[in-house]
Amino acid sequence: MKPPAFAYHDPGTVDEACRLMSTLDNARALAGGQSMMPMLNMRFVLPDHVVDLGRIASLAAIEEGQEALRIGAMVRQRDLEHSPVVARRCPLLVDAIQWVGHRQTRNRGTIGGSLCQLDPAAELPAVCAALDATLTVQSARGTRSMPFAEFPAGYMTPSLEPDELLTAIELPDWPQGHGHGFVEFARRHGDYAIVLAAALLAVDAGGRITRVSVTLGGIGPAPVRVRAVEQALVGQVAAAGLFREAAEACRGLEAMEDVHAPASYRQQLAVVMARRALDAALASLAPSRGTAH
Amino acid sequence: MDTTLSRTISLKVNGSAVQATVDVRHTLADFLRHQLELTGTHLGCEHGVCGACTVLVDGRSARGCLMLAVQAHGREVTTVEGLAGADGRLHPLQQAFKDHHGLQCGFCTPGMLTTLSELLADNPDPSEAQVRVAISGNLCRCTGYQSIVDATLAAAKSMRASGAAR
Ligand code: FES
Ligand code: FES
Repeated sequence: MKPPAFAYHDPGTVDEACRLMSTLDNARALAGGQSMMPMLNMRFVLPDHVVDLGRIASLAAIEEGQEALRIGAMVRQRDLEHSPVVARRCPLLVDAIQWVGHRQTRNRGTIGGSLCQLDPAAELPAVCAALDATLTVQSARGTRSMPFAEFPAGYMTPSLEPDELLTAIELPDWPQGHGHGFVEFARRHGDYAIVLAAALLAVDAGGRITRVSVTLGGIGPAPVRVRAVEQALVGQVAAAGLFREAAEACRGLEAMEDVHAPASYRQQLAVVMARRALDAALASLAPSRGTAH
Repeated sequence: MDTTLSRTISLKVNGSAVQATVDVRHTLADFLRHQLELTGTHLGCEHGVCGACTVLVDGRSARGCLMLAVQAHGREVTTVEGLAGADGRLHPLQQAFKDHHGLQCGFCTPGMLTTLSELLADNPDPSEAQVRVAISGNLCRCTGYQSIVDATLAAAKSMRASGAAR
């Protein structure tokens, strides 16, 4: 249970990190280490070179754009949890972070690390799916951006080339005062969820839903946006009974099966979690927005 | 010396400046235990599950098995050995663990104490539920969490009282 021998590099800039990733053989990037270090300790990964991104200050910044928050890939989960800017512009992310690992792992774990690890039941990929995040990816060959929807290439596999680094995550704003909810079911607090759900809700002055986003995690290899539920809700007056009915569409989703739960159990949980996330989103709507209660 | 394989690092450990040459593949926990002989930091699982190895890095709790020693360069590390006062007086949490049967075999205790000292520094008056969430990443296999939670709430109370008296 000790890491294998490797050479260690801690570049101070993204350019230098990209140069190392493109010139070194069998190099792995190290972000917060909360998944990579266990894999090193257990020797599931055997890199010849480890490129630690922890000293690159530009990757650890949260920037306020005109219409989106731009979060550096190396921002620690703990810093997102306590950032007033994130709380104001992207409350769903704060809701979700409460469920990520434990205090000790959030202190080190990063948003970019979690996205690249891409565990099917992880919270942060679900937030990116819910918000239609845009990711920035850099290598010595250049910079490209992609919608989060194109990021998962398969089970725990991001669509990144071996020399590419995820550098930033852009989370587009929702209207001021929108509703947001994040719930999950796990056997113990801090475990990966069996199923999780994220919901976003915007309503007009009459309480009619103008925009809604419903995402499930833990169902398949990547987070799923449940368009059927979203389409059924737009234009309706937001109310708990409505959600109960609409969430039933989640039962028909294809669900994975593993040691934790059979597919039918996940489908049942999907219905319940989607409804609860929508209920939480409704409850969090700013009072001035007016709802159908 | 090939600086990609071993490095000389400078850091503060429990208030004292330390300089040491480390293999870059060694974890912070192994460095503390084997090179500095601070064996209060325990290793249960070595893959981030049990929390026994928790130390404070710049005041924030972190799993010592999930950090490389070389990453502690320039930082301030506090281990369980650094919680008591220089005069040997126990930290209020340590005293409360003793008084309330917060430990039995003591294996999980260093991680519990470091994690909870961070909690109480952030939040001097936590609810019972907040204490339970704070130690959700620390496994205890023998005491039972109830007395650990009791001890923490008692420590928080005594720290608030002595803080007010100051
Ligand atoms: S030894 Fe580090 S978490 Fe178990
Ligand atoms: S006191 Fe024995 S494991 Fe907690």
